[in-house]
Amino acid sequence: MAGTSDLDVAYVARLARLNLTEDEAQIFQKQLDDVLKYAEKLRQLDVTGVDAAAHALPVFNVFRDDSPRDWFTAEQALSNAPRQANGLFVVPKVVE
Amino acid sequence: MIETDLPALSIADLQSLLRRREVSSREVIDILRKRIAAVDSGLGAYLSLDVEAALKEAEHANVDLPLGGIPIAIKDIINVMGQPCTCASKILNGYRAAYNATVIQKLRAAGAIPFGKTNLDEFAMGSSTENSALKSTRNPWDLSRVPGGSSGGSAAAVAADEAFGALGSDTGGSIRQPAALCGVVGLKPTYGRVSRFGLVAFASSLDQIGPVTKTVRDAALIMNVIAGQDPQDSTSLNETVPEYTASLGKDLRGIRLGLPKEYMIEGIDPQVRDAINAAVKQLNSVGADIVDVSLPSTEYAVAVYYIIATAEASANLARFDGVRYGYRAENPKDVLDLYGRTREEGFGSEVKRRVILGTYVLSSGYYDAYYLRAQKVRELIRRDFAKAFEKVDALISPTSPIAAFKLGERVADPLQMYLADIFTIAANLAGICGISVPCGFAELDGHRLPIGLQLLGKTLDEPRILQIAHAYEQSTDWHKTRPPLAANLPKA
Repeated sequence: MAGTSDLDVAYVARLARLNLTEDEAQIFQKQLDDVLKYAEKLRQLDVTGVDAAAHALPVFNVFRDDSPRDWFTAEQALSNAPRQANGLFVVPKVVE
Repeated sequence: MIETDLPALSIADLQSLLRRREVSSREVIDILRKRIAAVDSGLGAYLSLDVEAALKEAEHANVDLPLGGIPIAIKDIINVMGQPCTCASKILNGYRAAYNATVIQKLRAAGAIPFGKTNLDEFAMGSSTENSALKSTRNPWDLSRVPGGSSGGSAAAVAADEAFGALGSDTGGSIRQPAALCGVVGLKPTYGRVSRFGLVAFASSLDQIGPVTKTVRDAALIMNVIAGQDPQDSTSLNETVPEYTASLGKDLRGIRLGLPKEYMIEGIDPQVRDAINAAVKQLNSVGADIVDVSLPSTEYAVAVYYIIATAEASANLARFDGVRYGYRAENPKDVLDLYGRTREEGFGSEVKRRVILGTYVLSSGYYDAYYLRAQKVRELIRRDFAKAFEKVDALISPTSPIAAFKLGERVADPLQMYLADIFTIAANLAGICGISVPCGFAELDGHRLPIGLQLLGKTLDEPRILQIAHAYEQSTDWHKTRPPLAANLPKA
């Protein structure tokens, strides 16, 4: 389902592990095509030699002492688990 | 002090009453609870309220501490141990925070009582609070209109005297814009000034926690408590925390304020434009010099923001997979079905749109064209500000080009909604601080709707923008005007 941009919503949604209904995919395709069309204006700018800013105020080499402290118990870590057993998170079978 | 007047007090005034022992913290919680019970059914600012826990904390309140005995409402994206933290999303329905955010620990250490979790756009993605999956929040000045967003619940609660002050979070304007639309003060600190530990991450290089308050002084009082380096947040800045109230009351002689010419765009509501022009004159009359400046990359800021913010969001929201916490789809046939359906059923439309856009701009073949290019333009935007701040102490603009709009009016067109963030998002991209203060009203359909003045300051220059905002506020009466809430509310 191609729109006006290279974005294929149904395909990218699969990459993002996000199921969509047919209707949702169609609406998002149109809306995100509009957003990407708007974003094309970034191509007008000359960015040769400009460093990419991953952070506005980057800080480097932030270290702290590697000292033990109290944190979650297993019970606390599992306190919001949708399913659990024997102190573990339960998920569908992954390995055959 | 009669009960009905107490919720209207500022934090500073409540603090005096508490310290003079004219009211106890328990009584304050009780009166506030009644106020919320009376008005929140029509307003929808709160998602949850644990009265018992707050009363218990109030019993041991030490009113001599900086915020001793004062209840503070918390945006429901900040973890308060034992309380829900829904992020206004179905995917976190039933979740209870297993730890405290650093800001919550700091508030408590200063004697404050976190009280109530406020509504927001799902995962803070939005500008109207309409993206909340749980509840709609209304603007106390006109209940048919939005409170702004994403910290719409915090702003509405403070404006409607349902809270003395609140915490919000600001990724592209989410504190300042709802503060403007609800007629209260909102401060976005410099990136790294306040720890993000315990704030559910939306866009990690842009998010900051900050105060929403009735007065500029109150914002400074909260900043005194929540600012500072935190070993739990490696992006927090190792810089001394000043006394933010110290600069308040100093006059503005010698202060230079910049008017960015690119901000006088078409599409600013004429009533907003008039209010800002009047505010500029007012600031000039109380001593500030006004200088024209240029921020040439302004027109690219919205595009840069929606690429960087969605890219970071798509990575941050990968953790919501139905395995460790939150919602899980029923009877998954395998693990991919578990992920796909959990996220389909748990996320709302705006979150899905942003996850898809963010995944796309980071994907192989498109990374350079979108994400990398956006980061380079981000650097240009940062340089624009650095250059402007060589000439001026702070910049002035509207906070939002429009006053509060009607619920439902803008939901169908995400791009139009994004474009309204034009004045606020550049500050997040550049990491600088910004504040919104009330500066007038627009008249629409017989309602007065607040307008916000935004002041942007240099990195770590919060004391300066607080000083300017305070001087402006004290020379006007806007902050004293309260919404005509009682008249608008449905009869009990």
